[in-house]
Amino acid sequence: MSRAAARRVLPGFGLTLGYTVLYLSLVVLIPLSATFLRSTELGLLRFWEVVTAPRVLASLQLSFGASLVAALVNAVFGFIVAWVLVRHEFPGRKLVDALVDLPFALPTAVAGIALTALYAPTGWLGTWLEPLGIKVAFTPLGIVVALAFIGLPFVVRTLQPVLAELDRELEHAAHGLGATGWDSFRLVVFPTLWPALLTGCALAFSRSVGEYGSVIFIAGNIPMVSEIAPLMIMTRLEQYEYAEATAIAVVMLLLSFGMMLGINALQLWAQRRQGAR
Amino acid sequence: MRRHLPLLLAALLATLGAGTAGAARVELLNASYDPTREFYVEFNRAFAAHWKASTGDEVRVRQSHGGSGKQARSVIDGLPADVVTLALAYDVDALRRNGGLVPANWQSRLPDNSAPYTSTIVFLVRKGNPKNIRDWSDLVRPGVQVITPNPKTSGGARWNYLAAWAWAIRQPQATPASAEAYLRRLFANVPVLDSGARGASVTFVERGIGDVLLAWENEALLARSALGAGRFDIVMPSLSILAEPSVAVVDKVVDRKGTRRVAEAYLRFLYSKQGQELAAKHHFRVRDPQVAARSRAEHPEVAMVTIDQAFGGWDKANAAHFADGGSFDRIYRR
Repeated sequence: MSRAAARRVLPGFGLTLGYTVLYLSLVVLIPLSATFLRSTELGLLRFWEVVTAPRVLASLQLSFGASLVAALVNAVFGFIVAWVLVRHEFPGRKLVDALVDLPFALPTAVAGIALTALYAPTGWLGTWLEPLGIKVAFTPLGIVVALAFIGLPFVVRTLQPVLAELDRELEHAAHGLGATGWDSFRLVVFPTLWPALLTGCALAFSRSVGEYGSVIFIAGNIPMVSEIAPLMIMTRLEQYEYAEATAIAVVMLLLSFGMMLGINALQLWAQRRQGAR
Repeated sequence: MRRHLPLLLAALLATLGAGTAGAARVELLNASYDPTREFYVEFNRAFAAHWKASTGDEVRVRQSHGGSGKQARSVIDGLPADVVTLALAYDVDALRRNGGLVPANWQSRLPDNSAPYTSTIVFLVRKGNPKNIRDWSDLVRPGVQVITPNPKTSGGARWNYLAAWAWAIRQPQATPASAEAYLRRLFANVPVLDSGARGASVTFVERGIGDVLLAWENEALLARSALGAGRFDIVMPSLSILAEPSVAVVDKVVDRKGTRRVAEAYLRFLYSKQGQELAAKHHFRVRDPQVAARSRAEHPEVAMVTIDQAFGGWDKANAAHFADGGSFDRIYRR
């Protein structure tokens, strides 16, 4: 499509930019600034006291840690799922493809209840895992399981289009030049895919950090052990401490934003490096 | 005659108007906590019939249920509830502290601390009581799993916590430190801390986790009769707490909506014979001595402390146990 044609599809730049700014303000910026404003009611000292309380620190560590582990698990298994769905034709492929979206569509509380019922010591899987000494429900491991469930579609759906566009000629060429299958994956396929993989993981990760509904049932919610950061916010709200709740929210927001920024910078750097080669 | 027609029509309309104004339709919203669902369905129907019979007006009461604290927050944030019927006075008092939706004297406006029905905290155990749990001291034995929700997020759980504390502080040579040590051991036996009372019931009843559930007596009786017929026993500890779920008219809302008269009548009806009988039917301990006498079999006598007598009221109890750095925070500190 030529540039002239693109210009005619939508009205002028000024108008669309205006809408963009207005829409972003209404949907994203205003609620976020309200959060920041609310937390300023506390004063610096009290803010610091609230966000550095041992239980809050433990919960932040758990939320970010479990989300990271879940994202890494999804990086491996989401990659395999995406690979199989793009590279292979098999009966029922469309069905499996649709299944990937299920964690998107399912109300998170339903997912949480289902996972808890499954992994509780009396559940279908729990009865088999318990004698082996593996406790899933009501432990941090259960939180990782729930977050892996939630994050899967982010990784698969980001990888799929990139995988589909990957030029198979390159692999054939690599093979022709004497590369083994592993070499061509490592040197040809993976370098093209990894920015998309990183994006997928970053999306899954940031979604997981704030996830409440699917986690809360399986977490066990024991202070210092299995309390997630969003629960600490809910706990503050239950005690009518709105400003304290938003203080924790602000810290989560800043941490998430910092990580997203870092990941974007990493991607930019990778693309530049690839372009330079 | 023809000239008078408009006048006649106007007169006719006026009488019609007056007629509809006479039999008004009112709608009330009652914001309540979780385990009152079944009770208020029946009570609302009874009140509508009573109101129709005594005033000729139609009244429809809508219900909203959820965790007690969450419900109070909704009302503070603008849910137009005419009345609140919550799990503890502390949550009703939150309406006063945040925005003055009720006046300072709200609790003395109705009889019995504005708590028309009460309950207490009991132990729900598996059929036959396999772990032989008799009293609070059994809850800290190794190998006993206790299910109770998080007192920071659940009103019911605060009653549980304070009942345990009241028992511990009354043991020979007890000090606040020994009571705190007891609660530390008790919570070390808690494998899951649900955020609300219903969640804890589900964990214990449906998921089969734990040996004993600390529960409202009315919830325990409901669980025994409805949820799991013959699967549970109720154990009455040697000492418990008188749980007083409080009710109040939300002044700011009723004055805006003009529903004060019917809202007040609604709450007073809770104290009537009929209201008390319905509450008793739904396993509450009621105030009316005659109605209470009839359900004595369901509610054995038990020594009970009250929040005012044992803790000096909710404000003090909350500051000592559930606020930042309170005893509940301390027992989880390593």
